[in-house]
This record gives sequence, structure tokens and C-alpha cells, in this order.
Amino acid sequence: MRRIVNLHPARGGALTLGALPFVLLVFAYLIASSIRLEANPDDKLLPSPATIGETLRSYALEEDPRRGEILFWSDTAASLTRLGIALGISALLGLVFGIATGVVPYVRSLLAPFIAAVSMIPPLAILPILFIVLGLGEVAKITLIVIGVAPVVIRDIALRAAELPAEQLIKAQTLGASSWQLVLRVVLPQMWPRLIDALRLTLGSAWLFLIAAEAIASTEGLGYRIFLVRRYMAMDVILPYVAWITLLAFVSDWALKKLRARAFPWTQLTV
Amino acid sequence: MASLTVRRVWKEYGNHVVLENLNFHVEDHEFVTIVGASGCGKTTFLRMLLGIERPTRGEILIDGKPLEAEPGPDRGIVFQRYSVFPHLTVLGNVLLAFELERARFTGKLFGRARREAIERAEKLLAAVGLEHARDRYPAQLSGGMQQRLSIAQSLAREPRILLLDEPFGALDPGLRADMHQLIRDLWAANRMTVFMITHDIREGFQLGTRLLVFDKLRHDPQAPEAYGATVTYDMKLRRNSESREPQRDPDARAVNA
Repeated sequence: MRRIVNLHPARGGALTLGALPFVLLVFAYLIASSIRLEANPDDKLLPSPATIGETLRSYALEEDPRRGEILFWSDTAASLTRLGIALGISALLGLVFGIATGVVPYVRSLLAPFIAAVSMIPPLAILPILFIVLGLGEVAKITLIVIGVAPVVIRDIALRAAELPAEQLIKAQTLGASSWQLVLRVVLPQMWPRLIDALRLTLGSAWLFLIAAEAIASTEGLGYRIFLVRRYMAMDVILPYVAWITLLAFVSDWALKKLRARAFPWTQLTV
Repeated sequence: MASLTVRRVWKEYGNHVVLENLNFHVEDHEFVTIVGASGCGKTTFLRMLLGIERPTRGEILIDGKPLEAEPGPDRGIVFQRYSVFPHLTVLGNVLLAFELERARFTGKLFGRARREAIERAEKLLAAVGLEHARDRYPAQLSGGMQQRLSIAQSLAREPRILLLDEPFGALDPGLRADMHQLIRDLWAANRMTVFMITHDIREGFQLGTRLLVFDKLRHDPQAPEAYGATVTYDMKLRRNSESREPQRDPDARAVNA
């Protein structure tokens, strides 16, 4: 008998195994749901797939009479816009400050301790400050995500930039590179794929901060909706929304991964 | 082309003396090979020539003027590893040198200037035998090809001094012979002074017109860091510096002893 660490599933087998936990979860839900609904047809905790489907249909296809919008899509658009702007700002800050701290010793001495300290502030703890100072609008929500995400990205890029072999930087200088050219032609191009990695890793916390901000002060958004309908125990809304958020996060992670492979082929070459 | 004068140069880190009292003069277009045990300060000396380390005492002059205290295009370098840019193709790696020279702000050339630079880069690639690999990335090259690329890159700005830090140390012995011929040819074809560090004494004798041996003259077993290395042998290897044929190995044992 071979050791289990040496046994590898075939390709089809791997797919089946990967799907298994998902299938089991759905099964467990269906069984639990039908047991509860049999006992009490008005039970709201584990709605039947039919109820969820009906609710989702009305959210995703019918205009809300009061707002004149299709809630599912307007919520999605609002959340993704916030997330997109916040991640864009974080990426820009990450590149600028990360490269500057990683490459310029004076900037490192000036900023590294500060950034290290700021990155330790629990962002949710200063959410009240943001709402007080910036009001309840979009700015506060986007700022929360940026405060949560940017320091991590900056520190990651700074570490990666400092990790570049000294030989490369010296070589570029012997080819006549100024500090600016060094950043533009040697450091920056090698940081793009690192930036994508950093964003992928912070995607989870970005969603966390987004939903936290939306839950507290918002009038639309995926997180707002979930916390709004919680009052009515509307699990038939919450469950598909959670699944949708998960899917969006999963797809953006996958898309970033594909983008990295497509845009920076040199990162995964071998002889 | 440049002559180099090293005048009473010492390098110390605190109480640790790495190099003591280096004193020599290198004529224009010499091919100087530097050998010595590891830890004898030969790399430190090269780093001083690059301008990333400064002598504690003494001075280094290029054509009579003090050495610039940071790396610059008058001194090319080929390291043992890591000195090509992984994000650029073979052509891009050489092209970069011309782009850095001519496009101070954007770092990129366009249109005719770019076409001209590509032509020059292709000539350099042909000189090191890499023309067929111009669109590959460094990760797709063998170690020897990466070193050829690094050499082509260093020649692009026509440095007066070319520094080689164990450039063939990581290559197969069979490959080294080819690389020796290449570097000799390039040295003969370009008016530059070459400094090459090697731990291979045979290589030092074969390639250079002058061989410097770095070693400690004095040694205190109670305080191994009290004395530094200096040039213990300084040998002219060849009168006719234009000779292409590597000279037969003279008595290497004398140096080993």
C-alpha cells in the first residue's frame, strides 16, 4: 500500500472531489430546510429554494416601486463602485509610497515607522471618527476601505521593492539610470505583478470594511440590504445576497489572477 | 579607455581591516585579473571601483581624477548573477541602456530614435551571439546566455572601465572556454580597461595581461581581523596586449604556495 501523501487524484477525480463539499453543503441545507418547513410552513430561518428563487426574481428583475430601481442591481453597482474606487486609490497609494519607501533610504527612514504604526490601527475603531469628520456619504465609506487596505499594500510593495537584487539597481546605474529612470524602468515594471498579488490578498478585508460601512450608514449597497432585511428575518434575501457577494469576490480574485498571467508573462517563465 | 591609480588605499569596518595599503597603477587597456582566497577583500575592492563603497583612507583616481562616489556609465559591471532585468526581453535589456541615455524623462524611445537604438542593440547582441534569442525573457535563457546578455548590456554605454565580478563562476567548465574567448575578443575590439575578479587562478592567468593576487601579508591568530589583505603578487602576463591567443598557463604553483 502506497503512502497517502503519494496518491494523486486524476483530473476528473480532482474536479469531483473539489465539488463534493459544495454539494454536501447544498444537500444539508435542503434537508434541514424541508424538515423545518414541514414542522412550520411559515418558518423564515431556512426558506425553501422556491421561496429564495421567487424573492431573488423580484429583487433582480422587478423595479422597486418606491425607488424606481431594480434593487439587486443598484445595490451591486453601488457596492462595486465603492470597492473599485477604494481599491484603485489603495493601489495608487501602494505604488507611490511603497516604491518610495522601498527604494529611497531617506523616505524609508521618514515613513516606514509611521506606516507600520498606521497599519496597526483597527480601521473599524475609527469608523465613528470618519462618519463624524467626513459625514455619512460615500467619502467616509471609501476612506474606511482605503485606511484598511492601503497600509497593507504599501508595506507589501515596499518589502518587494527592497527585495529586488542590489545587483539590478547597480547595473542600471552603470547604464546611466537616474533615480527617476531607475524607478520608472526597473522598479515599477517589476512591482505591477506584486501589486496585483497584494490586491488579491486584501480583497477579503476590503469587502469586510465595505459591508461594515454600508451596514452602519447607507441607503443602498449589498451590505446595506443585508442589514436592512435582517429586521424582518428575511433569510430569503440574505442568503442569495451572501452567495452573490462571495461569487463577486471569487470572480474578481480569479480575474486578477488571469490578468497577472496575461499582462506579465515574464513572471512565470522557466527555461 | 582609462588608466587607474590606486594610492595608499585602506578599507576598514570598525576594527576589522579588510584591505591595507593598496598601491598600484593600471595603464589604459590593460586586462587585470584579480585572484585571492574568499574573504580577502577582492570584492570589496571592486565595490570601491564601482563607487558603492568608499576607501577609509587613500584615493582612487581614474585618468588622474578622483573616482565618482556612485555607479555611473563610465564603469560597466557584470556580476555573477542577477544583473539582467527579468521583466525585459533580451533585446529590451540592451535597448534599455540606450533608452536611459537618450530619454531622460520617459526612459523610452519612440519612432526613429527607437529604430536606431534597436539596430545598435542588435549589433551588440550579435557580438555576443544572442541575436537568435532577442525576443526571449532572461528566465528562458541558460546561465551562460544570461551572462552574455549582461556583457552585451555593459558594453552598450561604451564604458572606459569594465568590471567583472566572477562572471563565469556559476557556469559549466565547458562553457567557460567560449566565454573566455568572447571576453578577450570584446576587450581587444573595444578600448577599455578590464578588471576581472575570479577564484580560478588558471582563468586569471589565461585571460589577463596583468594578474594581481590579494592576500594577507601578516596574520595574527589571536586577532584574525587585525590585518587586511593587500596585493602580494603583481605580474605582467603578456607584452603584446593585442594578442588574441590565450597564453599557455605559466607556473601557477608559485602563487598557490
